[in-house]
Amino acid sequence: MKAAEAMVKYLEQEGIKVVFGYPGAAVCPFYDYLSKSSIRHILVRHEQHAGHEANGYARITNKPAVCIATSGPGAINLITAIATAYADSVPMVIITGQVSSEQIGRDVFQEADVIGAAEPFVKHSFLVKDAQTLPETFKKAFYIAGTGRKGPVLIDVPIDVQESEIEYSYPELVSMRAYKPTSKGNSLQVKRVAAAIAEAKKPLICVGGGIISADACKELYALAEKADIPVVTTMMGKGAVSGYDKRCLGMIGMHGVSAANKAVTDCDLLILIGARVGDRAVRSPVFLAKTTKIIHIDIDPAEIGKNIPVDIPLVGDSKIILNQLLEVVEEKGHAEWNEHLNSLRKAPVFEAAGTGFINPKEFISKLSDAADENTIYVADVGQNQIWSSNFFKVKKGRFLTSGGMGTMGYSVPCAIGAKLASENSPVIAVCGDGAFQMSMMELATIKQHNIPIKIVVMSNKRLGMVRELQTKLYKDNQVAVSLEGSPDFIKLAQAYDIPAFRVTDDKSAQEAIDKLVRNDGEPLLVECMVSPIESTL
Amino acid sequence: MKRTISILVENHAGVLSRISGLFSRRGFNIDSLAVGVTDDPSISRITIVADGNEYTLEQLEKQLNKLIEVIKVKTLENDELLARELMLVKIVAPSEKRSEIATIVDIMGAKIIDLSLTTMTLEISNTSFHLARFEELIKPYGIIEMVRTGTIAIQKGADSISVKKQ
Ligand SMILES: Cc1ncc(C[n+]2csc(CCOP(=O)(O)OP(=O)(O)O)c2C)c(N)n1
Ligand SMILES: [Mg+2]
Repeated sequence: MKAAEAMVKYLEQEGIKVVFGYPGAAVCPFYDYLSKSSIRHILVRHEQHAGHEANGYARITNKPAVCIATSGPGAINLITAIATAYADSVPMVIITGQVSSEQIGRDVFQEADVIGAAEPFVKHSFLVKDAQTLPETFKKAFYIAGTGRKGPVLIDVPIDVQESEIEYSYPELVSMRAYKPTSKGNSLQVKRVAAAIAEAKKPLICVGGGIISADACKELYALAEKADIPVVTTMMGKGAVSGYDKRCLGMIGMHGVSAANKAVTDCDLLILIGARVGDRAVRSPVFLAKTTKIIHIDIDPAEIGKNIPVDIPLVGDSKIILNQLLEVVEEKGHAEWNEHLNSLRKAPVFEAAGTGFINPKEFISKLSDAADENTIYVADVGQNQIWSSNFFKVKKGRFLTSGGMGTMGYSVPCAIGAKLASENSPVIAVCGDGAFQMSMMELATIKQHNIPIKIVVMSNKRLGMVRELQTKLYKDNQVAVSLEGSPDFIKLAQAYDIPAFRVTDDKSAQEAIDKLVRNDGEPLLVECMVSPIESTL
Repeated sequence: MKRTISILVENHAGVLSRISGLFSRRGFNIDSLAVGVTDDPSISRITIVADGNEYTLEQLEKQLNKLIEVIKVKTLENDELLARELMLVKIVAPSEKRSEIATIVDIMGAKIIDLSLTTMTLEISNTSFHLARFEELIKPYGIIEMVRTGTIAIQKGADSISVKKQ
């Protein structure tokens, strides 16, 4: 069998139903056989988006998703998406074509060392020099990407390797002596954690993206209930507990809500789960650790103690650890502490926007209330990301965003991937007018493959987040932030035959929300006019 | 504080670049690095001497362990290890100086491995501290060229860093 055909079969063996990619000469043998399989190929309009689409798909299925590019420029166009997935621990297998093995190192046409270029952003990578190693390489790639702390794995396959003849086989299992992710928590440490919880008067749980990727949200809630502990989240942890739940105080951090941040400073025991205590999440972790007992539960031992000094480290899979904890933690009440925190909650007050504009915070808040409980909401980067993370509250769905890398242009392609992974869930991408222009070519992908996502563009005619920074820190010297010259997004969507309309006041806002929450199988673009001086605060 | 880190890795192409890349990316400075295959040809052993505080070294060890091809990492305490570094040095050695140099070579445990009409080539293997002292002694004669390997190290006594055979 041609190795290229075997590669397609490995993907089938891994249960892959959809792949995202962009072809080119060096990956043509693979595409030749891909066409003969049941796997659906989504042709993107830029390789970066193939990566983000796989990212969205993977975050919903919680399994490695696949994207494909050709050698040289194709592979290099994927780098931003690979780094984005790496920063958020998203499992992906990236397949790139490479020039013929005997040509490698001679700077031939479309040769690029993608393995070298992507090295800082991959969990692991393989350059396949011998077709005989392909079965084991694919098996390892999926295993590495989808276990332990998940992440992207790159397989670079020279065209002659794809063309060679091999016997078909695919291993059931692989074992690597140097890769054995821990899953169960050390039982002694588990007991120490339980004891600390029993002792605490003002305990607080802070969860990050790790809890979602470990599929441990139920167990988390059970623990919060059993020991009566309030929960805050990082941006990546949003949705682990419903934002409408009484136990959830919201998102912490530089852009978080004050009640959640106050809870972090006031608690006497902070239980971090699957959160890496990034600089945007906890401002002065060392200071915090001086007055607060810290428990850190994470699958990646390197995260423990990296950003915050820890009293009780506990390495392992959070789902397993939470189950271990549920066995030993005693039932307890913290009425006073919870009351105190509840008194810190503030109902938002929305100021009226000027004529021709809407208040984006109010819009998102209303959208949140109206949205179906299973909605997958994808937030882009910029002011709109802050508005989204502050005012969209997840019910039973998801909140996806590029938390670690903050990659503009993530939301539209991620939403495409998410929609394909969960066709019954409504998917809404919310982005700025800057980021939209980094990803709007995907409207063609949406049209071509009939992917009914809803897109909201917050149009402030600015790179608003940078503008806000310049206003605050650079005496309002607004440099290179005007988006003058942008197209009419409504006409643009119409050019792609995608329904679109503009929101300029409360009435049209309500109409838009009604349409956005409709799970009618139609794509839709809504442009919300936002004042250029609107801020995140 | 200087630390000696022993790393057992899969003997694959590209492993060394992943490891050196990790050091530079995370801002860890390497003093020396030596690599060679072990008695098991599928495993290479890398010895790195690096400078850093407790926190940096702990991070370093954890980050190294995350690399898929790293089998084992161990920081060797300075008093539990035997360390060696090899130095080859070519110095100016006119005939009237040669016996004087030979005395230094003898006392310091070095060897003369080559001669020319005007030069001598010396070899010494010892700790990097000892090598530095040797260098001091021969410097006055005029060093033409000098080359050192990185430090390699092994534990004293019966302890070892090894991998269970599969
Ligand atoms: C790819 C990329 N380039 C640059 C940035 C820096 N950046 C962060 S927010 C922002 C402005 C985003 O503008 P827009 O998409 O219009 O959103 P707004 O802030 O106006 O809501 C920029 C340029 C980034 N995060 N990602
Ligand atoms: Mg904008």
